[in-house]
Amino acid sequence: MASGHDVSRGASRQALRWKEVRELSRHRTLAFIRQPEAVFWVFAFPMVLAAVLGFAFQSGEPAKSHIALLEGAHANRLLERLTADERVELTRFPDVAAAERALRSGKVDLFLTDPAASPPALRLDPVRAEAESARLRVLVALGELDEDALALDTVEEKGSRYVDFLFPGLLGMNLMGTGLWAIGFAIAELRQRKILKRLLVTPMRKSSFLASFLVSRLFFLVLELVLLTAFGFWVLDVPLRGSIVLFALVSLLGATAFAGLGLLCASRVKTIEGVSGMLNLVMMPMWLGSGVFFSYERFPDAVQPLLRALPLTALNDALRELMLDGSGVRDILPEVLVLALWLVVPFVVALRVFRWS
Amino acid sequence: MRPVPAALALSARSLVKRFDDLTAVDGLDLDVHAGTCLALLGPNGAGKTTTIEMLEGLTQPTSGSIEVLGLQWNGSANAIRERIGVQLQDTKLQEKITTFETLRLFQSFYDAVRPIDEVLEMVGMTEKRGARVETLSGGQHQRLTLACALVGRPELLFLDEPTTGLDPQARRRVWEIVETFKTEGGTVLLTTHYMEEAQRLADRVVIVDAGRVIAEGTPSEVIAGLEAESIVELFPAGGTAERLADDALLVLPGVREVRREGSGVTLVVTDTQASVGALLAHLGEVGVALESLQTHAPTLEDVFMDLTGKHLRDG
Repeated sequence: MASGHDVSRGASRQALRWKEVRELSRHRTLAFIRQPEAVFWVFAFPMVLAAVLGFAFQSGEPAKSHIALLEGAHANRLLERLTADERVELTRFPDVAAAERALRSGKVDLFLTDPAASPPALRLDPVRAEAESARLRVLVALGELDEDALALDTVEEKGSRYVDFLFPGLLGMNLMGTGLWAIGFAIAELRQRKILKRLLVTPMRKSSFLASFLVSRLFFLVLELVLLTAFGFWVLDVPLRGSIVLFALVSLLGATAFAGLGLLCASRVKTIEGVSGMLNLVMMPMWLGSGVFFSYERFPDAVQPLLRALPLTALNDALRELMLDGSGVRDILPEVLVLALWLVVPFVVALRVFRWS
Repeated sequence: MRPVPAALALSARSLVKRFDDLTAVDGLDLDVHAGTCLALLGPNGAGKTTTIEMLEGLTQPTSGSIEVLGLQWNGSANAIRERIGVQLQDTKLQEKITTFETLRLFQSFYDAVRPIDEVLEMVGMTEKRGARVETLSGGQHQRLTLACALVGRPELLFLDEPTTGLDPQARRRVWEIVETFKTEGGTVLLTTHYMEEAQRLADRVVIVDAGRVIAEGTPSEVIAGLEAESIVELFPAGGTAERLADDALLVLPGVREVRREGSGVTLVVTDTQASVGALLAHLGEVGVALESLQTHAPTLEDVFMDLTGKHLRDG
């Protein structure tokens, strides 16, 4: 071959690679957004979930105690005081059986079987925390407890409510779900349709193919982050106290780590069903153990190091520190390192074990 | 630059592929001259797909050598891929993507490309330019995968069972596209189990069975190898078939071979007139009534039957 020929090819090579990545990314993105059900499950559903949960736990009203009474119960001082209590909701039932049913199904927290007896008789399930709160309201009504005996300072400050704890966790969980599903599902589909094999007989660079997944993922990540964060910021009033740039970078790092994990999960499975099972298996421990809905510190000490090593735990912790505590890059260094490890290792392994045909 | 006409576009020597204890391809030699079409003909499971996938660089041969356009897969893989076009068996293109978008993606992989509108014209899909893949018929989808193989301006086209599962009309349209490609000087290697397809498209055929070449040449050479003038198929009326003895049929003038299938009897004959005359006389003697009798010129299918005792289609 003449060397001049090679040089001209080499010069156009770079431009060609960009074109290839651009076309693959476009293809990827179009294939995704034209499947409304995929967009919903991968993208909209987690956002709706975040919105619903955010709203559900945002309410500032203290929870009411639901107390059951029989219809025939005569008015006395206890009932009067309970009726006057804003934190008590009294419900009257025609007979004992109906009240018992309501108690069993959790519609009421406590059943005041005989308010006129001395002492008044009641039934409850001591395992339920709500039953204890209801009993407290009865004791207060009886004058057995003085609520003013303690100086009370309620937590209402922005950044320390439950919704403030919840929101960064939901964001992390969202980044995990979209990253894993978008990559894992798409690759399994391409393999099942034998498109992967078809691409292999073209001069397409494998690196362009993988890069296109990151590009299209990035596109959706920006959308997802902007929409969710805006919702959290303006609707749920969750603060973002740390640097917004750092927040974006940590999200990007987390999203990329999950994309790598998605790639690894899909690197050998042949069918969409196979990858679905695999992804659920990978996500399940993190839904529970990575502190999305409640702090993972509630788990036994022995498993703490394990939970901290999970990518979602690291991402949630870092996001929380950034949003709620306004931490700087040094405070979140351990989490960043864990995420970086989760970025590099699955990617390297995936590239080695990836099956193209 | 096109190779000189006599050059080999593709050659394989002593190709072997073993999977665990199964030998799918067992010492296959193959030559395809530039500008010609070679058909690998054989039943399902004969090793056609394994062979073509080794030639396409998708499967690593257990042993043997392959040269594609003068290059070897080991070391020049991307240079080869730049110059070949491939249609695999049952690729299902992305449903939500349009015909045009699909071709634009495949076009982006190649240095030298054919304009998309030209490819669409070539495969007769111009009016389906903006249609999503999910709306295409089986024949249209197949023509689109063919277009994907043509958009990189290939010198050599690999087609793995390009018309399997298509109706006769859709099949004919695929044939026309392949013929256009050949007219422009392209080289084609195709696998098929339709002898009609091989007879129409191929300059040379290679018949494979159980991973080995059992016959090769131009379609007429291969058919001539059967040394038969025609094939006679007769179906005796119910209950009289057992009165026909193979030995008695074989000694009739011009009968070279006798085969039975169900209630039918097939004779490979070298002299149609003499054989049929003697056959009818013999049927009268032994008291066999005819339900039907047909004669036809031998086809590749008959060659295959003769060599293996099996049909191409049911393998």
